Amino acid sequence: MRVVITGMGIYSVIGKNLAAVKDSLFQGRSGIILDPKRKEMGFRSALTGMVDRPALKGVLDRRLRIGLPVQGEYAYISTLEALQTAGIDQHFLDNHEVGILFGNDSSAVPVVESVDILREKKDTMMIGSGYIFQSMNSTVSMNLSVIFRLKGVNFTISGACASGSHAIGIGYLMIRQGLQEMIICGGAQEINPESTASFDALNAFSIRESEPARASRPFDRDRDGLVPSGGAATVILESYESAMKRGATIFGEIVGYGFSSNGEHISMPNVEGPVRAMQKAIHDAGISPAGIDYINAHATSTPLGDCNEAKSITTVFGASRPLISSTKSMTGHEMWMGGASEVIYSTLMMNNSFVAPNINLDNPDDCIAGLNIATRTTPAEIRAFLSNSFGFGGTNSSLIVSSVNNGRY
Amino acid sequence: MQNEEIIRKINQLLIDEIEIEEELITPAAELKKDLGIDSLDFVDLFVIIENNFGFKMKAEEMTEVKTLQDFYNYIINRVNPN
Repeated sequence: MRVVITGMGIYSVIGKNLAAVKDSLFQGRSGIILDPKRKEMGFRSALTGMVDRPALKGVLDRRLRIGLPVQGEYAYISTLEALQTAGIDQHFLDNHEVGILFGNDSSAVPVVESVDILREKKDTMMIGSGYIFQSMNSTVSMNLSVIFRLKGVNFTISGACASGSHAIGIGYLMIRQGLQEMIICGGAQEINPESTASFDALNAFSIRESEPARASRPFDRDRDGLVPSGGAATVILESYESAMKRGATIFGEIVGYGFSSNGEHISMPNVEGPVRAMQKAIHDAGISPAGIDYINAHATSTPLGDCNEAKSITTVFGASRPLISSTKSMTGHEMWMGGASEVIYSTLMMNNSFVAPNINLDNPDDCIAGLNIATRTTPAEIRAFLSNSFGFGGTNSSLIVSSVNNGRY
Repeated sequence: MQNEEIIRKINQLLIDEIEIEEELITPAAELKKDLGIDSLDFVDLFVIIENNFGFKMKAEEMTEVKTLQDFYNYIINRVNPN
């Protein structure tokens, strides 16, 4: 069973819908700011991606709203856009077995706030009814499945910074196996100090606080760490047969998913693990590395991670030299969301014939010699792209999405 | 606190905090059937009542509370015990 993307929605620090995000990608616009509150709290770095919290009062009724943490609110908005672009309404959802698989790996604020109430009041009954549904890792799939009255597969994938990518990968496998015809897949990431404080403690964040828009600089010699970010991204995955039957617009076809585990360090990435994930994805897609015209790199702007990914790309792609960029140079590191949002960013590029720039790459690191990294917005016909996502624990995910214009249709 | 003031305050809390539509609020309205207050909303009412009236509702005392008038009476009796 072939698997296609028939809907996309995005709520990102570089735009709150597909049109705004496409424009930001084309312009090479950064969504990074300095959050003074983090400095007051004792953060080493106050840099972060930032997007407003959606106003949902009057949009969703109270019971559907109070179980949503902020990343659930982002995901509700991105899913509305995805369903709308897919031409799916509530009547369709009520009459078909549509599933949901979302990537999410934390929900810090409701945990902190509910325990703060308990410590102050010394009575669990003062916590109220919303926090339990906000605080679980499965909060996004749990809430959206109720809001949209979904009847298919329903769970959350927690795979660190590859969560969103694995969610799409697992959705792809389930549809390919004929187990579901349509699955709402995506990734969500909360933006708040509570969720990133312990990550800040690892000295992993950029401290280029004087120039927020220039702080995330994957592959640049002077990069000094990642910038945390967030939002939500949703894709509607559907069997090709179902899409054809509905007359749906097809944004791209998922043709390959590769995964692996490094089996080494909890936070330090290696070369061999990502190589295996990319090779498995390419094997699954049944194409040669030369068939891939663009790689959306995981590259987060950390000294070790970017170079190890560069080495693994060189190992897999050798002389074929596809265009490469890390959109994290603009968005920061969207963590649990990133694997899903970067599929959307790359699909927007594929369908609009350009590669978004890897901004802030002023002085290329020696380790990227030989790689074809787009430092400017580059016109390109993309037949297929590969999107990498790697996470703590050495989890790796590579997805390959093919254009609908490459002769397959 | 006068009984009328307690009733006014309960009504306003139901509108503001539980988001019950104002026109549904009548003394004879049944909490579950007419106002749609479910078991999770009762959990939130517990918090709302303690924060606004300063006492803890007890689940076992709520078993006889069916209508909004019953609820008014319960709160009035807790705020102004004889």
